[in-house]
Amino acid sequence: MTTLAPTGRLRGRNAPRRADVVFRGGTRAFGGAVIVTLGVVAAVLVVSSAPAWTRFGVDLITGTTWDPVRDVYGALPFIVGTLYSAAIALLIATPIGVLTAIFLSEFAPRRVSIPLTFTIELLAAIPSVVIGLWGIFVLSPFLRDTVDAWLIATLGWLPFFRGPSFGVGIGAAGVILAIMILPTIVSISREVLSSVPNSQREAMFGLGATRWEVAVKAVLPYARSGVIGAAILGLGRALGETMAVTMVIGNGQDIPVSVFNQAQTIASKIAVTFNEASGGLQSQSLVAIGLILLVMTLLLNVAARLLVSRAQQGPAR
Amino acid sequence: MSATPGTLAGSRAPFAERLAAVRGSRRRIVDRVMRTVALVAAVVCVVPLAAILLFVVIKGAAALNLDLLTKPPKALGTGGGALNAILGSLQMVAAAALVAVPVGVLGGVYVNEFASRRSARAVRFAADVLVGVPSILIGIVAYTLLVLPFKQFNAAAGSVALALIMVPVIVRTTEEILRLVPHEIREAGLALGVPTWRVVVSVVLPAGRTGVLTGVMLAVARAAGETAPLLFTALGSRLVNVGQFGQPMDALPLFIYNGARQPIAALNEQAWGAALLLLLFVLGVNVAVRARSWGRRAG
Amino acid sequence: MAIEMRSREDQPAVTTRPTIAPASARVPTAAPDPAPAARTTKIEARDLNLYYGSFRAVRDVTIDIPANEITAIIGPSGCGKSTFLRSFNRMHELAHGARMEGRILLDGVDIYDRSVDAVDLRRLVGMVFQRPNPFPTMSIYENVSAGLRLGGGPKPKDLDEIVEDCLTRAALWDEVKDHLGDSGTSLSGGQQQRLCIARALAVDPEVILMDEPASALDPIATLRIEELMLELRGSYTIVIVTHNMQQASRVSDQTAFFSMGEDRAGYLVEMGQTTTIFTNPREQLTEDYISGRFG
Repeated sequence: MTTLAPTGRLRGRNAPRRADVVFRGGTRAFGGAVIVTLGVVAAVLVVSSAPAWTRFGVDLITGTTWDPVRDVYGALPFIVGTLYSAAIALLIATPIGVLTAIFLSEFAPRRVSIPLTFTIELLAAIPSVVIGLWGIFVLSPFLRDTVDAWLIATLGWLPFFRGPSFGVGIGAAGVILAIMILPTIVSISREVLSSVPNSQREAMFGLGATRWEVAVKAVLPYARSGVIGAAILGLGRALGETMAVTMVIGNGQDIPVSVFNQAQTIASKIAVTFNEASGGLQSQSLVAIGLILLVMTLLLNVAARLLVSRAQQGPAR
Repeated sequence: MSATPGTLAGSRAPFAERLAAVRGSRRRIVDRVMRTVALVAAVVCVVPLAAILLFVVIKGAAALNLDLLTKPPKALGTGGGALNAILGSLQMVAAAALVAVPVGVLGGVYVNEFASRRSARAVRFAADVLVGVPSILIGIVAYTLLVLPFKQFNAAAGSVALALIMVPVIVRTTEEILRLVPHEIREAGLALGVPTWRVVVSVVLPAGRTGVLTGVMLAVARAAGETAPLLFTALGSRLVNVGQFGQPMDALPLFIYNGARQPIAALNEQAWGAALLLLLFVLGVNVAVRARSWGRRAG
Repeated sequence: MAIEMRSREDQPAVTTRPTIAPASARVPTAAPDPAPAARTTKIEARDLNLYYGSFRAVRDVTIDIPANEITAIIGPSGCGKSTFLRSFNRMHELAHGARMEGRILLDGVDIYDRSVDAVDLRRLVGMVFQRPNPFPTMSIYENVSAGLRLGGGPKPKDLDEIVEDCLTRAALWDEVKDHLGDSGTSLSGGQQQRLCIARALAVDPEVILMDEPASALDPIATLRIEELMLELRGSYTIVIVTHNMQQASRVSDQTAFFSMGEDRAGYLVEMGQTTTIFTNPREQLTEDYISGRFG
């Protein structure tokens, strides 16, 4: 049968409407722009840092002196500083955060858990520089006069707690990072715990368990990978934090050993040095360590997200 | 007590005894103690927030005066205010939003309405990765592309850096909100013979407008609080800069950072004042936006 | 198996027409059943196969839908009735991986021809869905006028009259005339469905497809929808998919019975006058279904 030309109200049209084409094309361009942006960011960082990599290679990571005078750059102190402060932050924030998440998900009545969750999440909205300001003038003197003094008095024989303390240093950075990643750990853990099916709790209750036992022996194991994912996400955030850390970490060039040592993280070193680095090898080296930071945070974020999404799909395997 | 009916004679203790055994037992004590510990942990979480708010409000209010809001800073903290920073923040965040909001919202529209599964996954992946990039590195990129070629720190680069931070966030939030819009109203629109683009613009987006707006406002609040991306782009300036995007410009976060680092008490005080202003804005937006969705969830 | 349909054996296979003929030129058909003369066919499907990816949902359907009458499509769940209905307004092709083979002619025009704009087609062929879906951000007035306001083309000057007319024909005007500004979702389920019908009427379609329009409604609302259908008959060609056999027998002029084959594809078993289908069907399968011998 032949095809008849459309007549009457069925207009003929040999191409899709122009408005649709424009709209689709426009939105596709913007969606593509996101992908292009990612490519540009990666490319700029790699290209800008290339001379440093070719010049120093692995020494950029293992070298311990950052010397603009002799144009030799090794970032080990900063890498250690980054990991050290993040480890302190995790050590403090994970137990508190997970316990809080358990409280919010398992023990607290709704009229307490809802405003409390809201309040804790609000902490995440405070700008880093404001927390840093508070860190310099409030937290740091407080730590120096109370916690640090006590630590030096009781544990000062350990290399980790060898004084004196000026309030600023890697330990202060760790504490302030702990405060900043706490909301992340709490909110994601709480979500993961809440999504554990009630049948698990009921089964445990039916066996005569106490509420604490149900939380720790039924709910937490079920959501284990998600809670680990939450901690890893917190770690990722800690690594990338710049301003608050810069403001309380002091200015150390050596690998920190004691928590009272002043130090730098990768992010803080870039923050204080980039503008005076005047474009040469030092700038390129700064970008190079920034690239290391990027790779670390990216890997952690991917791992964390995988864990969290796995947890929400079923029991920990 | 004799064996209760139904139990094997003498093989199990009566129920009441077993209940009593648990009641005073170690398990019970552990339960009470640990639940208290968990409660304490939750309280501990709130303490830093309270402490920060308390100090910012108290010290900031002390520094808050008309001068702070209306005058640029004078040399070495001999007076003046934060006008340069206030105007700078307003301008750079607005400029960033002008670009980031359309790109982000329409990018989110693309992912949810038009993209094939593979393309959608690619854009989502790119957006998620970008969200996780430390903002100081975004600053480096903006510096390399927009400051270095002109050998001039400028506010445009700062705005671009802020926009780069906002776009992936808005794309993800928009896309997730649009996913929640029920498919049936799209079908209703299409079945009426409304062209696709019009269905998206006049039916789908309005249906999701609250959520999209929420995402946008949260992104704006975040951009307003960012310091690191501005360090190498807009740089900051003691001068009030209105409209000169080719020149350095100050911003509230930069003002706070610089004021905090100086050993001059007057500058420190001004930093607290600026911190209060910034906090009021950021927390104000967050509370306004989240309280509505929390209220809906609870109610 | 023999498929009952409007027989066109004594008509030429191809009907050529000069271009730009008014849409009222219809193809006359001869009916084997005793029926009033000059019944015309509005929609013809020929060897229609509908796929989702590699899964065939509808197999080899050839059917004629008469104009200005109510045709019911009945059959067990999952036998492709909705898919089949959606091929008439090209909504099927919006699904992921959707594909069609065969032809569908509206007034003799192949609606899947490259030169036909699906958007235009959907103004001619309207649809009412199983669950009422008024636009949540629009008022009652805005809902009814949505197709006219958003469909491209100039806004008609008599929009108010059109809205009132459509709401009246949907038997909703008296209930909402004093609060046209209220949200479309503030109405009850039955009212919302009538609102959706008014909305579909506003763009002046020639065919109205209804996909189980009353299945989400209570019995009283259902009855009102059925009354509405009978009122619209005569001005519109109505095709309704329904699970409810009693509804089909109450409302429709002819009925098509679909079933599911072993390949899980739906196919047309039998089609004919409603009274015939329900009292004296030709196929055993039809007889079984109607007397409830299988789901």
